[in-house]
Amino acid sequence: MMHLGFSIAKVKVGSFDFTCCEGCQLQLANKESTLPEFLALVDIRNFREISSEKHDDYDIALVEGSITRSDEIERLKSIRERAKVLVAFGACACFGGVNSLKNRLPQEEIVQEVYDGKKIETMPSTRIGDIVTVDYHIPGCPVSKAEVERILVGMVTRSPVSLPKYPVCVECKQRLNTCLFDLGEVCLGPVTRAGCDAVCPTGKTACLGCRGPAEDINFPSFKQLVKDKQLSEEEMREKLEFYNGFREYLDHES
Amino acid sequence: MKVDFDIDLHHLTRVEGHGNIHIRVKEGRLSEATWAVVETPRFFESIVKGMSAERVPFLTSRICGICSISHTLTSIRALERAMEIEPPETARMIRLLAMHGETLQSHALHLFFLAAPDFLDTPSVLPIMQSHPEIVKAGLLLKELGNEISTVTTGRCTHPVSLVLGGVSKAPSKSQLLGLKQMIADRRTALFRATDFFGTLILPDFVRETEFISLRNGTTYPSIGGDLVSTDGVVRDENSYLEMTNEYLVEFSTSKFTKLSRQSSAAGALARFNNNYDLLHPRAKSVASNFDLKPVCHNPFMNNIAQLVECHHIIEDASQLVEKLLENDMKEIRSEWNPKAGAATGAVEAPRGILYHHMETDEKGKVVKADCIIPTTQNNANIHFDLHALAEQALKEGKSEKETEKLCVTLVRAYDPCISCSVH
Repeated sequence: MMHLGFSIAKVKVGSFDFTCCEGCQLQLANKESTLPEFLALVDIRNFREISSEKHDDYDIALVEGSITRSDEIERLKSIRERAKVLVAFGACACFGGVNSLKNRLPQEEIVQEVYDGKKIETMPSTRIGDIVTVDYHIPGCPVSKAEVERILVGMVTRSPVSLPKYPVCVECKQRLNTCLFDLGEVCLGPVTRAGCDAVCPTGKTACLGCRGPAEDINFPSFKQLVKDKQLSEEEMREKLEFYNGFREYLDHES
Repeated sequence: MKVDFDIDLHHLTRVEGHGNIHIRVKEGRLSEATWAVVETPRFFESIVKGMSAERVPFLTSRICGICSISHTLTSIRALERAMEIEPPETARMIRLLAMHGETLQSHALHLFFLAAPDFLDTPSVLPIMQSHPEIVKAGLLLKELGNEISTVTTGRCTHPVSLVLGGVSKAPSKSQLLGLKQMIADRRTALFRATDFFGTLILPDFVRETEFISLRNGTTYPSIGGDLVSTDGVVRDENSYLEMTNEYLVEFSTSKFTKLSRQSSAAGALARFNNNYDLLHPRAKSVASNFDLKPVCHNPFMNNIAQLVECHHIIEDASQLVEKLLENDMKEIRSEWNPKAGAATGAVEAPRGILYHHMETDEKGKVVKADCIIPTTQNNANIHFDLHALAEQALKEGKSEKETEKLCVTLVRAYDPCISCSVH
């Protein structure tokens, strides 16, 4: 690709899915107005959801989903061996995601409930970082295509890439929204990493923390805020558990 | 000539989720044709238990990245019926428009990205971007329109944010609606261009009679709620969904199979078309007749064309809904509600077919029991038996191993399966 008279080599990208809804991969085909430019940056080598072409040489592996079965561990390890850079793509890969809600329950019990005794292999949902080394995390449920574009452009042009360190509240204020706490709802905006443009509170629904904790959050103060506003602690806990992004904070408590 | 071959397609490409096809031919005779889903289950029915009803639609949305609006609205419908919540009329209109956006996006993704490469013999849409740039551009314009409709109505295009129990949490602004109005007007030509292109493709000639199941309300082309009907004459109330599905387990698949009056049944665009042809917009009807598509059509490959016909209907209906919403003051968009013990089913026509969520709540509004039956689950048995019949036909016609394989993958893709959704 030529840009300002310079030629930039395309990066070879593979996109892989494990236990998930495949909504993050779908974002790669969204934002149609910039899709041709996006595709000019990347050489798609392996992307089962949209292409039958399959190659095992890729520089960047985007890995969506969490790990819930032993065959997935092997497949993930072999992707790690081939990729120069492995990206945990979305909340399931980064934190275990909504799939982790089943970790609270005995695994045999849920198999019995859903499959009526049929032998089905499953194990507690695990984030991919517990199995292989992850080079970058792009959180979100789903990931934001604008952020994906920004990070991939950074990788292609060898520029430093990073995520916002501040919480969703910063972006929410920039959008001049009414604070959901003032509307009587527990919102995880004060503790969740920004980068989503506060899409949920802008739609007048509480942030459920799909991007995980922001850096240096004041968790005790957040809990105090919920208490001061006389809001439900049970509601707070249900929201913090939703994507498993705040596991360390909840574990620390109990 | 007596042929021997095995076709084993592991993790079929250009479909959502993980499925395998196995075909065994010994001495010219078909000994096995199997559609095996190997997706990892996520146990949504177990994990929603104990969750507050207001949060549940945000969770079930995550069953599927492509039809998240349908899952959200199906849970909302089940829970609103269970707890006797009446959403305001304006919210109903916004929800219907959101469904149109999702279906348009999903159909465009399927028709151009997943299905078209089969008919042009390319591994993906990427080579078609070079060979037929105008067609891919038309597909992208339609997909973008679908996504924009969803974004305006629900806050974003995947995993909606403003669809809530009791209505919607935020209404689209006048300027957003005016933007949509213009966008719809501008993009009709893209749909006409796409329609002309699909008219040049040759679809396989294959028929296996089956029973088509969809919603029907008798006044509008189906979307959210209604009677459960089949082309074999079955009519049931929404809450009687189990009588329509009769789920059963098979050894080779993590996704269940279903049946009604016959060995198998089908859901999806073709099923909706077959049961509700009379309620389509006149332009959609005329497009159907150009493709010689008439109810009841039993060629599963024509599901592609039924999706295209639906795109015409959706664009016209969405245009009317936007006009109505522009005249609306958007003041009443959300009803107050109180938790209540109850049980009900919600049925919605997701892009890939009829979707059921059954929910039971306790007096605190916690979900105590849930059941989700996905369109692809209702197509598994039909795909399985179609594969058998199609492979038989291919052998009879002396098709090679390669040709048979091509026909089989094209067949599965024509159903637009959403496999991770079907396992949930």
